[in-house]
Amino acid sequence: MSEPAPSSPPTLTDAERAELRRQGILLTSMEELYNWGRSHSVWPLQFGLACCAIEMIAASMARFDIARFGSEVFRPSPRQADLLIVSGTVTKKMTPQVVRLWNQMPEPKYCIAMGACAISGGPFKQGYNVLKGIDRFIPVDIYIPGCPPRPEALLHGLMQLQEKIRGQKISGPGAPRHLQADTTCEYPVPDFGEHDLVPPQNPAVWQPPVIVRKEGA
Amino acid sequence: MSFSDPSPLSAAPGASVRAVHDEFHGDLLEVSMGPHHPSTHGVFRMMVTLDGETVVKLKPVFGYLHRNHEKIGENTSYLGSMPYTDRLDYLCSMTNNWAYALAVEKLAGQAVPERAEYLRVILAELTRLLNHTCLAGFLLQDCGASGTPLMYAFREREKILDLFESLSGSRMMCNYQRFGGCRVDAPAGWLDAARALTDGYGSFLDEYEALLTGNEILMARTQGIGCLSAKLAVSAGVTGPLLRAAGVAYDLRKVDGYGFYPRFDFRVPLGAHGDTYDRYMVRVLEMRESIRILQQALRDIPAGPIMDPKAKLRGFRPKPGEVYSRIEGPKGEIGFHLISEGGPNPYRYRVRPPSLINLTILEDLCLGHSIADAVVILGSIDIVLGEVDR
Repeated sequence: MSEPAPSSPPTLTDAERAELRRQGILLTSMEELYNWGRSHSVWPLQFGLACCAIEMIAASMARFDIARFGSEVFRPSPRQADLLIVSGTVTKKMTPQVVRLWNQMPEPKYCIAMGACAISGGPFKQGYNVLKGIDRFIPVDIYIPGCPPRPEALLHGLMQLQEKIRGQKISGPGAPRHLQADTTCEYPVPDFGEHDLVPPQNPAVWQPPVIVRKEGA
Repeated sequence: MSFSDPSPLSAAPGASVRAVHDEFHGDLLEVSMGPHHPSTHGVFRMMVTLDGETVVKLKPVFGYLHRNHEKIGENTSYLGSMPYTDRLDYLCSMTNNWAYALAVEKLAGQAVPERAEYLRVILAELTRLLNHTCLAGFLLQDCGASGTPLMYAFREREKILDLFESLSGSRMMCNYQRFGGCRVDAPAGWLDAARALTDGYGSFLDEYEALLTGNEILMARTQGIGCLSAKLAVSAGVTGPLLRAAGVAYDLRKVDGYGFYPRFDFRVPLGAHGDTYDRYMVRVLEMRESIRILQQALRDIPAGPIMDPKAKLRGFRPKPGEVYSRIEGPKGEIGFHLISEGGPNPYRYRVRPPSLINLTILEDLCLGHSIADAVVILGSIDIVLGEVDR
């Protein structure tokens, strides 16, 4: 690591800051405060697709109580939501609507692929009408496996997302999508083609895995 | 109602509202409700034409959750389709399992031990309690009582799911029934836990009913709304609580007497008007009868094997034949039609989903009511999109 520039202020380590906090002195940065606030008010979109939606509802009910994490405000409109929980099988007929909903959400926005179907098509992967993972069209932040995942798993996924939000920079090259000037919030909405969605994936967010074979194998 | 055919959708992508001009009725408004709409119980879409707030035309659009269940069933072994049936009506996996197991047992001529039959009845009635409780919660949610009734419903649902989980290992997707019996026996103390839940359920219903049944707002929103005549219900093939709310005494538990249902003493509640309130009330009364069945079954359940010793699960190849088998699911008649050609997979695998067939009368129920009532009527039909679109 290079020497810090003489003009930049000395930075505290997390341990030093925790020690100061114990002494009753709260030191924080704009970045930390901003992310702390954001990570505890992630409002999901009230959007259920299939079986996982029932577990998502269960997570918002009294027993699991998603309100402990500040995410109990399920918004019916994408304009007011921060988090898209893709909870269930995304069919090819439904894909354009899901992408459109994602486009309608304002940045900063996050996406959780909940359950095997949203990740990869799950048990219905061989179906002719099933999209093999929503990450082919929109960028996914957290994947939660399970069929369906338990409400605890959804809460764990939400905590992981909060962790991710807390780690985001608010400036510089490591800044998230919504703070970079040259990125777009709009993702292309696929059309219904003759046999499949056109295009079948968004190459900007998903590429088919490259299979490397050894010579002679 | 005559008005010119709707013009094609406007060029704007995703346009969901448009005006339809008609010289006699002024401007009608066509609204696309869904597939993302909080009240459509999943990804169901209604193209509603409105005159002011009144519904004058309603066209349902299906297929947003069509995930090829039947085609996959034709390429999967008989046993391999069992977990897929869980995901048909994902609130009631136990009754789906039973309907499918019954069809294959009929195809292969398998017997089921007595204890397994009792367990099936117990699980089916617990599923009925679960489904109807959730339905009442969602119905109130659709009426605008946001949160509280659903929280009460889900509190009870969790208690039943705990029983399912300790029995089968999974909360929702139980995958429990097998051809010729059940997968595992009830663990120690399970039947006592089920008895405790059954005995306590009546007092929950009393509390729930005290809040809802005589509630003036609920009565105003549901009585006289969405009346279904017995004639239409029968000719449209409607089954389940909808049919009984219309006053037709048709319950497969009595008509077919499958399982051990003839051994139990229970009544079939009937409605008089067929409106949304009757559909709610019939379900509440059915829950009370389910508690009676559960108490009898939990009292009489014998010890013994839970699996027919001659049952063969791996490499199962039934002889060629065709079979249709049905049970009374919480939503209506759920049936499986299987054609075997003697191979490891069925040649044809067809599900008769109660939700889809009950949904076909939606337009008849909604015409002339306001758009807010259409939401409540849809809630009272009780659909699950996994089953409607399959």
